[in-house]
Amino acid sequence: MEKSITKYIWRHTKKQQLLILLVVALSMIPYFMSFDLPKQIVNGPIQGDGFPTPGATQTYFRMEFDLYYFGHVVLFEGVELARAGTLFLLSGLFLALVVVNGLFKLYINTYKGKMGERLLRRVRFELIDRVLRFPPNIFKRVKSAEIAGMVNTEVEPIGGFSGDAFVTPALLGGQALTALVFIFVQSVPLGLITFALVAVQAIIIPKMRRRLLVLGRERQLTARQLAGRISEIVDGIGDVHSYDTSNYERADITARLGRIFKIRYDIYQWKFMVKFLNNLLAQFTPFFFYIVGGYLAIQGRIDIGQLVAVIAAYKDLPGPLKELIDWDQARQDVQIKYTQVIGQFNIDGLIDPSLQAVVNGDAAKPISHPLAAVNLSLADESGAKILERTNLQIARGETIGILGTAASGGDALAEALGRLHWPDSGKVVAGDADILALPESVTGRSITYASSDAYFFSGSLRDNLVYGLKHAPVSKAVYEDGGVSRRWEEKEARQTGNPEFDIADDWIDYAGTGANGQSDLLESIIPILDNVLFSKDILDLALRSTVDLSQHPDIPPSILKMRQALRERLEAENLTTLIDYFEPGAYNTESTIGENLLFGNAVGTALMSREIGKNDYFRSVITKAGLDRALYEMGYEIAETAIELFGDLPEDHPFFQQLTFMTADDIPDYQRLVQKLEGVDYADVAAEDRPSIIRLSFAYIEPRHRFGLLTDDLMARIVEARQAFHDGIPDTLKDDIEIYDPASYTASASLLDNVVFGRLNSKHADGAEQIQAIVLDLLDQLGLYNEFLASGLDFQVGTGGKRLTLAQRQKLTLARALMRRSDYFVFNRPLTALDSTSRDQIARNVLAFIQDGANSPAIVWVLADTALAKLFSRIIVFDGSTLAEDDSYDDLIEKDGLLKKLVSG
Amino acid sequence: MILKDEVRILKKVPLFAAMEPAKLKLLAFTSDRVSFGADEVLFHQGDVGDAAYLILDGIADILVDSPNGPIKVAEIESNSIVGEISILCDAARNATVRAQTPIEALRIRKEQFLKLLADFPEVTIEVMRVLADRLSQTTAALTEERSQKQAS
Repeated sequence: MEKSITKYIWRHTKKQQLLILLVVALSMIPYFMSFDLPKQIVNGPIQGDGFPTPGATQTYFRMEFDLYYFGHVVLFEGVELARAGTLFLLSGLFLALVVVNGLFKLYINTYKGKMGERLLRRVRFELIDRVLRFPPNIFKRVKSAEIAGMVNTEVEPIGGFSGDAFVTPALLGGQALTALVFIFVQSVPLGLITFALVAVQAIIIPKMRRRLLVLGRERQLTARQLAGRISEIVDGIGDVHSYDTSNYERADITARLGRIFKIRYDIYQWKFMVKFLNNLLAQFTPFFFYIVGGYLAIQGRIDIGQLVAVIAAYKDLPGPLKELIDWDQARQDVQIKYTQVIGQFNIDGLIDPSLQAVVNGDAAKPISHPLAAVNLSLADESGAKILERTNLQIARGETIGILGTAASGGDALAEALGRLHWPDSGKVVAGDADILALPESVTGRSITYASSDAYFFSGSLRDNLVYGLKHAPVSKAVYEDGGVSRRWEEKEARQTGNPEFDIADDWIDYAGTGANGQSDLLESIIPILDNVLFSKDILDLALRSTVDLSQHPDIPPSILKMRQALRERLEAENLTTLIDYFEPGAYNTESTIGENLLFGNAVGTALMSREIGKNDYFRSVITKAGLDRALYEMGYEIAETAIELFGDLPEDHPFFQQLTFMTADDIPDYQRLVQKLEGVDYADVAAEDRPSIIRLSFAYIEPRHRFGLLTDDLMARIVEARQAFHDGIPDTLKDDIEIYDPASYTASASLLDNVVFGRLNSKHADGAEQIQAIVLDLLDQLGLYNEFLASGLDFQVGTGGKRLTLAQRQKLTLARALMRRSDYFVFNRPLTALDSTSRDQIARNVLAFIQDGANSPAIVWVLADTALAKLFSRIIVFDGSTLAEDDSYDDLIEKDGLLKKLVSG
Repeated sequence: MILKDEVRILKKVPLFAAMEPAKLKLLAFTSDRVSFGADEVLFHQGDVGDAAYLILDGIADILVDSPNGPIKVAEIESNSIVGEISILCDAARNATVRAQTPIEALRIRKEQFLKLLADFPEVTIEVMRVLADRLSQTTAALTEERSQKQAS
C-alpha cells in the first residue's frame, strides 16, 4: 500500500476525481449566474432600468448570429416582455437556478460520499486481507481488539476525507485566488498587504496545528491500547476473579483513562488557542485596510470605490482560506492515521496472495510425497531453539507417535507440519517443494492439523464440523430476484478491489468428505461422531434444548411416539414411580404449587415466576377459587419455618441454594413481616402484604420441602383453580403460556421434557440417569437416533465454543479434522481434557478410521503420555529439542533407551 | 413423613442426639429424601463415600465382600444411621448396604454435614464427644479381646 494517503486515494479514484472536478467546474456556471440575477431583478423590472415608459418592452432569448456564408441568421425571434412579465420571468429563472444549484450540490455530495465509502471499503478489505496473510508469529504479539479497532474505527476518517481530497483544494483555492487577484487589480499595495497576511496565516497556523496532530496520534495510540486492555480483561475475567486482581485492573484502567484525559485536555486547550490566533490574524487584514487604504485614499492615491471593492472582496477571502487550512489539517490528520495503521499492517513475510488463490475441489493439485523435515530448526519468540536440525520422513500409511521429555520438540515439529510455526532454518517439504511455498489449496487440504486448543467460530455444531471443508464455493446460491441484487453486489465488489465470492453460495466441499451433497452429509458425519465418542454428548445437548420446529418439522410426532414408548417401557420394567406425569385433571406432586396452577410453560414474561403474582387475571382466579386464604396461610408457615431455619445463617451460606422460596436478601423483610402478621387473620392483613406471603407458597413442593402443608383437599382445589384459569384465559395472555397437553408437543419445552412429560420423582437417587439411559435406548429402537442427532447439531457453540465443555471441544476438534480426506493428519495432544479410558478408546477409533481411508493417509500424533504409544507403527522420541530415537515401539523398548525410561516412568 | 418426624428420628441417633432441634431441622431440610426398592443397593463396598443414610422406614442388609461372594454381616432397622463414618473422613465404604425391604431414607450429604459443623462449633463438640465415646468403647473391647487372647 502507498505511503502517502493522497497518492493512495489518487491511484484508486483517479477517474472519479477528475469527473467530480469537472462537475464542480460546471456547477460554477449556474452558481455565478445566481449571484448576478438578484442585481438584474432589482435594477431592471423593480427599479425600471431599460423600461423608460410604462408599457415598454424588452426582448429576451433572441438568438441571432452572423454566419460567413448565410449572412445574418435569426434562429429565434425572442420574447417581448413588459416590466411585470420580466419580473416574473427573472424571478422564475432565479428559482430554477436555486433548484439547479441544489441539484448540483446533491449530486456532488452524493458522489463524493460514494467515492469515500468505496475507498473505505477498499482500505478495510485490504487490511483484513493482510491479516489473513500475516505470518503466524505476528499473532503472538498483536491483540485482536487492537486490530479490530484499527480496521473498524481508525480508518474511518479516510473514507470521509477521500471525497474532499482533490475537490476541496481546487474549489476553495480557486475562490481564494480569485479574491486575491481581484484585490491586486484594485490596488497593488493593498494586494501585497493581503498577500503577506494570508501567507503568515497559511504558514503559522498549520505549524501550530502540527502539535495538535502529534497529540492526536498519541490519543489514537492510547485509545487503541485501551481497547486492547479491555479485551484482555474480558477474555481473562475468570483469572481476574480467581486471583482477586480486579482492583489491579481497575488501577490500570484508571491510569490509562487518566493519560487519555490529559492528552485530550491538551488537545482541547491547544485547539482553542489556535482558533483564537487564527481569528485574530484574520481580523488584522481589515485593520490594515482601514489604516493603509484609508491613508492612501486621503492622499488620493486610490479612490474610495476601489477601497470599498477591496474590502468587499476581502470578505470572500478568510472563509475559503480557513477552510483550506482546515482541509490541510484534515489531510495531515488522515495521513497520520493512515501511516499509523498501514505501519501495523506492513509486515515482512506476508504470505504471497497467489498461495491463497481460491481453487475448486477438483482443480486442487494433490500434494507430493513424502512429507519430510529437512534440517529443520525452530525457535521460540525469545530465540531459544525448540527444535534442532531435525531430519525425518513421513511416508503415507505410517502411524507415528511422538513422545518426549518435558518441553520437547515434538509439539514444535507438529506445529511446523501444520504451518503454524515457520522454520528458523531448514524446511518442511512435500516431495521436493517447501510446504510454505505451496498454495494453501494444496497444503490446507492435504494436511490436517488439530490440537487441543483449536478455535471454534460461533455458529452451530454442524457449521463447525464442516468448517474444514469450506475452501471454495462449490455451487451457486439461488436468488429470488434472479440475481439482480447479487449482480449489484459483484459490481460494487469489483469497484473496490474486493473479491467476488459469494458467502451465500454453498462452500462445503461435500466430495472432500465422501458425501454427494447436503442430503447425505449426515451419513458422513455420524460415524465420525461415533468414533470420537461425541454422539452421546450431542444427543444430550439435543435432549436438553428446544428445537426449531421450522427446521425439524418431523420432531413433534416422533416425540409423541417416544412419550408413549417411554411410558410403556417404564410400565414393563416396573419403574413407573420414576416419573410423575403431567395429567390435566390431577395434581403433580413433584411440581411447585405455582406450576400446578399454571400447568403449562410460561413463554412470555407476564407469567414468569416473580411476575405472576402481579398478574391481575391470575390473582382474580386465585381469589375466585377461594385459594387466597389457604395459600396465604401456607405462605406464612413457610416464611416462619424458613426464618427459623435460615435466620441465623450468614448471607452467603451455601445452604441458601436449597431455599427456593426466597433469597438471602429477602430474609430480613420476611422476618419483619412474620412478626407484624403473627396471629393476624387473613381478612385483616393489609392488601400490600398479601402477595409477598402468598408468593412463597408458589415455590412449594411437598416431597422436597416436607413441611406437611399440602392436603388432598388443597390439591383438589388447586386443580379446580387451574381448570378455571385455563377456561377463562384472556386473549392477551394466550400467547404467554403453552398449556401442557398429553396429546401434543410443547414447543417451548426441551426435547427431554417433552418426552418425559412430567417431573422426575426426587426420591429416586439416580432417576435422572435411568431415564436418560432409557430415552437413548428408545431413540435407537424407534429409529429416531439420526433425527435427534441432526437436531443436536443445531446447538450453538457460542464464542470460541465456550458453551461446550473442554472435553467436548476437543472431541469436536478431532471430529472436524476427520471430516477431511487429507493425506497427512497431524494431531498435537488433541485429547488432554479426557479421562484415560475415553482417550484410549478415541485414539484407537481415530487410527482405525483414518487408516480405512482409500488414500492411505499418514498419521502423526504427539502423545501426552506413553499409554497410547503401542498403537503406533513408529515412535519418535525427542530429548528436549533434539530427535533422540526413531523406530518401532518394540525395537525401542528392547533397545532400553529413552522410550524405555519414559514408559517405566 | 414430614420434616418434623425426620427431626424426631434424627434425635434418636446418638451422633445427633445432643444437637439443638433447630439445627437438626436445618440438617434435615438440606438433606434429600430418597427411597429404594427391595434389593436396591444404597452404596457399594469400595465406593467413595459422599453421604450417610438415615433409615426412616424399612430394613437394610450390610454385606461384606468375601472370596465366596458377599456375605451378610448385619442388618439395620429403621431409625438408625448407616455410612456415617464416610461423612466425617475420606474413607471408602467398608461394606455394601442393600435394601431388604423397600426403604425410605434421608440422605445426609457430606458437604452439607461438614458445613453445619463448620458453622456451629457446639455441634462439632457434640460429634466429637460421641466419637470419643465410641473410641473408648472400641479400645475397651480391644483390650478385653487382647487380654483374653493372652490369658488363653
